[in-house]
Amino acid sequence: MSELMPVLLALTILVGGVSLAAVITWWERRLLGFWQDRLGPNRLGPFGIGQVAADMIKLLFKDDWVPPFSDKVVFIFAPTAIVVAMMMGFAVVPFAPNTYILDVNIGLLFFLGMTSLAVYSVLLGGLASNNKYALLGGLRSAAQMVSYEVFMGLSLMGIVMMTGSFSLVDIVEAQADTWFCFSQTLGLVVFVVSGIAESHRLPFDLPEAEHELTAGFHTEYGGMKFAMFMLGEYLGLILISCMIVTLFFGGWMVPALIYDWLPPFIWFSVKVFLVICFFVLLRAAIPRPRYDQLMSLGWKVMLPITLINLLVTGAILLKMKGA
Amino acid sequence: MENQYANEIWPLAIYFGMVIMLVVTMLALSWVLGQKRREAATNDPFESGVVSVGGSQIRISVEFYLVAIFFVIFDLETLFIFAWAVAFFELGWAGYLSITVFIGVLVLALVYQCRSGALEWGNKTRTGLREDQLTTGEST
Repeated sequence: MSELMPVLLALTILVGGVSLAAVITWWERRLLGFWQDRLGPNRLGPFGIGQVAADMIKLLFKDDWVPPFSDKVVFIFAPTAIVVAMMMGFAVVPFAPNTYILDVNIGLLFFLGMTSLAVYSVLLGGLASNNKYALLGGLRSAAQMVSYEVFMGLSLMGIVMMTGSFSLVDIVEAQADTWFCFSQTLGLVVFVVSGIAESHRLPFDLPEAEHELTAGFHTEYGGMKFAMFMLGEYLGLILISCMIVTLFFGGWMVPALIYDWLPPFIWFSVKVFLVICFFVLLRAAIPRPRYDQLMSLGWKVMLPITLINLLVTGAILLKMKGA
Repeated sequence: MENQYANEIWPLAIYFGMVIMLVVTMLALSWVLGQKRREAATNDPFESGVVSVGGSQIRISVEFYLVAIFFVIFDLETLFIFAWAVAFFELGWAGYLSITVFIGVLVLALVYQCRSGALEWGNKTRTGLREDQLTTGEST
């Protein structure tokens, strides 16, 4: 039985991740609809949730077109890379006590590495398409993701310092008393911003800004390959939400002062759901910045903030330990 | 020791296999089920309805190249900070002072990078000032 557990868990995460990503596409449109005083998709099934199935069937029957002018192998490889990278990121997320695929002492680095791999997908997709819009979108996207990656890892180092470990299970257990969102508020802000930029969601979706680049790096993609880019993006959203909860909001831990009557996994899910809703509403609330503004925000504001956060955290921790 | 490592890693290997299978299934299904229709303009690059002129090997802004270089420099430096952070309490104040000097150098590089105009996008002159800053006499 214990031999079989990881296999079952892997299957659950796989199926759960893909279906959740599909359901979020519906939930996002629905929530945005209410935000903008309209209904959103509400025709198929109860509350329009059948829209998810309809979209999936439609995408499967779309033309599986590979442009004759493209670099065909790379063109097909690009959308698979983002799905694989994002799915692999889930391997280190601790969903509940003893419920994870992998708990190694480099868990956090594994997550950072997997999110970094996603940049290949976007860049290769843009290059292989052999289309001017796609090339510009891919380049912009690569520059954006690479810039925000520099301090994405750095923003988490305050937590690593307090825990003394890269293992995500250790990090969650270190939050038994106080969640890190209180002691590492600056880190949280920087991580959220860089997380949005990494998964290039609105308001930082410059790589696919439709008013100037039609669809950016996936201009030439259609059908299931386009859907895989979208799947990767939504998986990235879920993954970032999971990591925010794990690192800053106590993972499966119960909020203090509340009687512990629900299983840990439910607490984890509720927190992740709230973070996802936050990301969706962020999309409705904030307009898209200009590209040079985005880049200077990263290099001139976020990076110095992260470094200051690190030094201040270090000084306070050493002071407290010495006293 | 090696055996224990192998015990930890095999669920990851199975998971990786499943993910690959999922991706291959998605591609194969859409290849089998998708419609095959070819019309006059199907095989043209999409440029919002305008007939494409020239190849896509266009000249790109040098800023992208600069960003890539900065990424290599700064991301390498963050790796040293990672190593310090995980051994933070063992290193104590001595380690803290060392990393402060290190981060100081990093910040100096960042300031130089900003002052030299490497992060400005758009038209630049050799002094690092933008065209409009030169004409209005505004200093950096």
